Amino acid sequence: MATLTRSLGDGMVIAKRNVIKNQRVPDVLIFSTIAPIVFMLLFAYVFGSAIDVPGTGYREFLVVGIMVQTILFTASNTAVGLSEDLQKGVIDRFRSLPIARSAVLVGRTTSDLANIAIVMVVLTATGLLVGWRIRGSLTDAVAAYALMFAFAYAASWMMSVAGLLVRSPEVLANVSFMAILPFTFISNVFVPSQGLPSVLRVLAEWNPVSAVAQATRELFGNTPPAGVAQSGAWPMENAVAASLIWTAVLLIVFVPLASHLYKKAASR
Amino acid sequence: MTDAIVAEGLTKRFGAVTALDGVSFTVEEGTVMGLLGPNGAGKTTSVQVLTTLQRADSGRATVAGFDVVADADRVRERIGLSGQYAAVDEHLTARENLDMVGRLYHLGRAGSRKRADELLERFDLAEAADRPVKGYSGGMRRRVDLACALVARPSVLFLDEPTTGLDPRSRIAMWEVISELVASGSTLLLTTQYLEEADQLADRIAVIDHGRVIAEGTSDELKDRLDGERLEFTVGRTEDLVTARAALVPLAKGEIVVDEKALRLTVPVTDGSDALLAGVRVLDGAGLRLRDAGLRRPTLDEVFLTLTGTPVEDAPPVDTREKELL
Repeated sequence: MATLTRSLGDGMVIAKRNVIKNQRVPDVLIFSTIAPIVFMLLFAYVFGSAIDVPGTGYREFLVVGIMVQTILFTASNTAVGLSEDLQKGVIDRFRSLPIARSAVLVGRTTSDLANIAIVMVVLTATGLLVGWRIRGSLTDAVAAYALMFAFAYAASWMMSVAGLLVRSPEVLANVSFMAILPFTFISNVFVPSQGLPSVLRVLAEWNPVSAVAQATRELFGNTPPAGVAQSGAWPMENAVAASLIWTAVLLIVFVPLASHLYKKAASR
Repeated sequence: MTDAIVAEGLTKRFGAVTALDGVSFTVEEGTVMGLLGPNGAGKTTSVQVLTTLQRADSGRATVAGFDVVADADRVRERIGLSGQYAAVDEHLTARENLDMVGRLYHLGRAGSRKRADELLERFDLAEAADRPVKGYSGGMRRRVDLACALVARPSVLFLDEPTTGLDPRSRIAMWEVISELVASGSTLLLTTQYLEEADQLADRIAVIDHGRVIAEGTSDELKDRLDGERLEFTVGRTEDLVTARAALVPLAKGEIVVDEKALRLTVPVTDGSDALLAGVRVLDGAGLRLRDAGLRRPTLDEVFLTLTGTPVEDAPPVDTREKELL
């Protein structure tokens, strides 16, 4: 118990340091917020004029999709932050201190969750402006945000592995962009998956991003009314369960992997 | 006296590169060991192994009596590390950096704040304490970094190239700070590629090259490895160098080194003051006007050159002794 308390305490000291940094260099957070707003407006008014989502309308469909995509982009800041710290030798200092092994990663993923919260508030407001509404109950809405935060936390751990493997922040920014785009396009983030050609449709239906987007839409009440044709794949019919399973799987795989890489990650 | 640091046969490979090839040395409690060597000799890797950042492939090491692998946490509680690149967070202020390190050493909220204040005062950082480190000069950053290493009053301190990249004035200021630390009785392992730095600060010096310790001893002991003394003559004109060299050959007990820029000839000799007189006489006989003539012991530079066959990197000119003479 004492070790756990100490580990969390150390993690919070480091999280506090990251938050101070985010306040002093707000560029990262500002661009993490502006980019999805641009995406949301472009898709809502340009693509939205051509894409018809039966039962709900495109904008109602799109807003949650953008939120989920933004989770991934914002989580990639975890990777950039870690690789910067490695490059500058800050990690060496932390590793020479008598702190819990997990503290640096716990601190980083926690402070990045604070960024996600800020971005979510802004996206919620922008969504409301373009006509999106929360149509479900308050409890369901809280559950929807909780689900997105859980997924964001798991994604942040996944990205921390990338940060520990790729040691250049500049390369990371490009790599993560290239990796995230297909993940979010081959999914139901921007268009309903049932219209996709067969192979892509299966990929999209089993994509964790789709599960989270579908579950969040259901909880916000943004899904089409009964009678409109829906994807019959298991993760789409049981989206909340599928999201939780995916989140758990990501954490089970990436928390130990990141911790292992961190132990070996003295800068050279 | 007990040994604060013991390294025995440390080896470490990174792929095809052998960084450490059986490094062994000991550092007595309360003394300063200078690890001297060129870039890539294995200095930083040695420090990383001793500070638990890297695990050696073979060999063993203890710091403050604890094994760096088996008792890594105990070692971390007792050491301070100041890296080659100032590993402070540049977006945080000096005070925030120190406070954070204090919290991570579990000194508590009040304890960390108090220690931060003390160190800021001591390292002359109080005035800049609440500005982000980003705007500091190189010398100030190093002082913050060193202060971070001292937060928990470590019994063993590791300084990895503490003055690399500093301008001469900051380097001398840093030396003063380190000398004070040493006077207060800390055990210190210092790596450097500057001979003068090792000469000034270290009680003992281990010369490291290609991942091995190739010589160890006090600065004087190392210099004694080279026989005799050196005559140094400075002539007035470049064309005099050739004449002077020819005139001095009969006196030399080794190769005469000619520095064309400084118009200086260095002649290894064995019979000290007699050789100096003889040298002055032959040069006078050759009709040369001398700007300077002198006799000195071999420098660590020459020791290093003899040991490794390669000169160390040129340090920016901070030869304080020379300045005193002028």
